[in-house]
Amino acid sequence: MKRPIALLAGLALLATACGGTTRSDVAAERGAAPATSSAPAAADPNAPIKPGLKIAFLPKQVNNPYFTIADRDGVAATKEFGGEGKEVGPSEASASSQVSYINTLIQQRQDAIVISANDPNAVVPALKQAMAAGIKVVSYDSDTAPDGRHVFVNQASAEDLGRTQVQLLADQIGHKGKIAVLSATPNATNQNTWIEFMKDELTKPEYKDMELVKVAYGNDDDQKSFTETQGLLRSYPDLAGIISPTTVGIAAAARYLSDSDFKGKVRLTGLGTPNQLRAFVKDGTIEGFELWNPGDLGYLAGYAAAALASGQITGAEGERFKAGKLGEYTVGAGGEVLLGKPTVFDAGNIDDFDF
Amino acid sequence: MRADRWETLVVALLAAATVAASFGVDGFANGSNVAFLLLDVTEIALMALTMTLVVVAAEIDLSVASTLGLCCAVLGRLWTAGLPIETIMPICLVTGALAGALNGLLVTRLGLPSLAVTIGTFALYRGLAYVVLGDQAVADLPPAYTSLATQAIGPIPLMTLLVAVLAVAAGILLHATGLGRAITALGANEEAAYFAGIRVRRIKFWLFVASGAMAGLASLVFTFRYASARADNGVGLELAVVAAVLLGGVSIFGGRGTLAGVVAAVLLLAVVRNALILADVANEVLNVVTGVLLVASVLAPNLKVRLERKPVQ
Repeated sequence: MKRPIALLAGLALLATACGGTTRSDVAAERGAAPATSSAPAAADPNAPIKPGLKIAFLPKQVNNPYFTIADRDGVAATKEFGGEGKEVGPSEASASSQVSYINTLIQQRQDAIVISANDPNAVVPALKQAMAAGIKVVSYDSDTAPDGRHVFVNQASAEDLGRTQVQLLADQIGHKGKIAVLSATPNATNQNTWIEFMKDELTKPEYKDMELVKVAYGNDDDQKSFTETQGLLRSYPDLAGIISPTTVGIAAAARYLSDSDFKGKVRLTGLGTPNQLRAFVKDGTIEGFELWNPGDLGYLAGYAAAALASGQITGAEGERFKAGKLGEYTVGAGGEVLLGKPTVFDAGNIDDFDF
Repeated sequence: MRADRWETLVVALLAAATVAASFGVDGFANGSNVAFLLLDVTEIALMALTMTLVVVAAEIDLSVASTLGLCCAVLGRLWTAGLPIETIMPICLVTGALAGALNGLLVTRLGLPSLAVTIGTFALYRGLAYVVLGDQAVADLPPAYTSLATQAIGPIPLMTLLVAVLAVAAGILLHATGLGRAITALGANEEAAYFAGIRVRRIKFWLFVASGAMAGLASLVFTFRYASARADNGVGLELAVVAAVLLGGVSIFGGRGTLAGVVAAVLLLAVVRNALILADVANEVLNVVTGVLLVASVLAPNLKVRLERKPVQ
C-alpha cells in the first residue's frame, strides 16, 4: 500500500518541480489572448422571421411546474410566428444530462436552443459546438457563461426587484409606518443586492414616513424564518409591514401571521410563487406579492431565439426586436434582454397562475 | 462466448439496437453523434470496470459517484489555491484511493456488509465534497486539458481509447490471471476460497481501493470534459454504473460475470438512450425502457438457473 502512494507522491513532486500549469498561468494566457470574437454578421432589424424555425426549449428539468409554464408559452410563441417549438430535457436537474440533450439537438439541426443552465460552465463546451454548427443559443432564467450563448433573457433586474417590493408594500400600508425585511442568509448575494436597492428606494421623499427598523435573517430555513418573524413582531409590535425577498421566508412569515393576532394588520409582501401563497392571499394574510411571470419569460425567449435565427439581432447591445404581444425589446449590455417589471399576484389574478 | 449466456444476448441486443437506430433514427449514425455517445459514457464505463471486479467478488461499491464528487471538489479547491494541475491530478487519484481504502477497511477489517458501508460513505463523501468546495463552481481550468478530454480522432474520442485500454487490462486481469480466478472463486464461495489459500480480505481491500482510485480518474475526465469542478459533479452516476454491471450479466451474488458483457451493456444503455432522445421520445418512456432492460437482466439469469435446477428437485 505504501509503495504506490509513495510513487504517486514522487510523481507529483516531479511534476511540480518541472513547473506545472497553475491557475495564474491560465489567467495570464487568457489575458494575453486577443478577443477572438469574429465580427458577427450585421443585424437586419427588418428581416422577416424565417418560416418553419425549429426551436427547442431545454429547461433545468422537465415536469417542473415553473418550466412547464415557461416552455408552454415559449412553444406557443413559436406557433405564432410559424415555427416548430418543443420542450426536451432531463428529469433530474443535472448539468451532465443537459449536455446529452444539447448534443442531440445539434444532431437534429435545430435552428435555436433556449436553455436554462443547471451549471453555467458545464454546458458551455457543448453550446459552443452548437453555435459552431450554426445554432443560435438563448439562455433564460439561469444564464450560462457569456461565451456559451448569444442572448440571455433575464427575468428581472436586481434594481427592479428591490424597488418594486418597497413600492408594493408602501401602497399596502399607505406609505406610513415601521417596516422590516426578512431575508435569506446574511451573505446571500441576490438578497443583499435587492436590499441595497430597497434602502435606496426608501430615501425618496414619498417614503419619508416609512422607517426600515430591522433586517432579519431566516437563512432560507422554514423553521428559522418562522421564529425570526415571531421575534420581529415581539420586538416591534407596531410594525406596519414586512418584506421577505425569498420564497422560503415569505411562506414561513405568512404561516406565522395567518395564525396570529397580527393577521391582516401587519402587511406582508415579497417574492413568492402563487401555488405556495394562494391560501394566504385568499385568507387575507397577504394582499399582494410579486415575481416575474414564467410564461412571459418563455414567450420572450422564444421570440429572442427567432430574432437571432432570422438575423434580426446578433446579440449586440442596442439591437431591437419585436416579441409578439409583449412588444418591442432592446438587447442590453452583455447580450441581456430584460423581461421587465415583475408581475404582482393578488386575489384578482392568482388563480390564473399554476406554478 | 457461449451462445446460451446472457452476455451473448446483450451483445446481440447492442448490435440490433445500433442497426435499428442507424436506419430508423435521423442523426444517429454520423461521426459527431457517435463520438459524443462514446464520450458521454466515459465515466460510467471507467467506474463499471472496477465495479465489475467488486461485484464478481460478491461486494458492491455504491460510493463511487460520491467519491468522484469528492475528488472533483479537491481538484477545484487546490486549483483555486494555486497548485499546478499536474500536482493536483495525482492527488485526486490518491484521494479516490483513500476513499476506497476506508470502504475496504470497514468491509474487511470490521466485517461489515459493503452495501451498508458504501451507502454510508455515499453520503459521507458527498458531504465532504461540499465541505471542501462548498457550492462554488471552479471553471477556469487549463484549456490544454479541457480540450484533451473532449478531443476525438474521427468518431473515436481520446477518452474512449483510455477506456478501451483499461477495459482490456481489466478483462485480462479477471479472465486470464490467477488473481482473476481468485476474485471469481471468493465471490462464488468465500469460505471455500479462504480454505483454498486465497487471501480473501486482502484481495477485497484492494478491489475497493481500485474502485476508489478509478472514481478519482473518472473525476478528472468529468471535470475536464465539462470544464467545471463542483461538489455535485456526477450525482446519481452510481446507479448507472451498477445498472450497466448488472445488465452486463454480472451476478449480484458474486462469482460470475464477464468484462465483455459489461462493456456491451454500457454501450447498449448509451445507444438506446441516445437514439430515444434523438427520436424525441419523452423522458418517462426513456426511464421505463431502461428499467425494463434492467429488470430483465436480473430476472433472466435467475429464471435460467431455476429451469436448470428443476430436474434435480
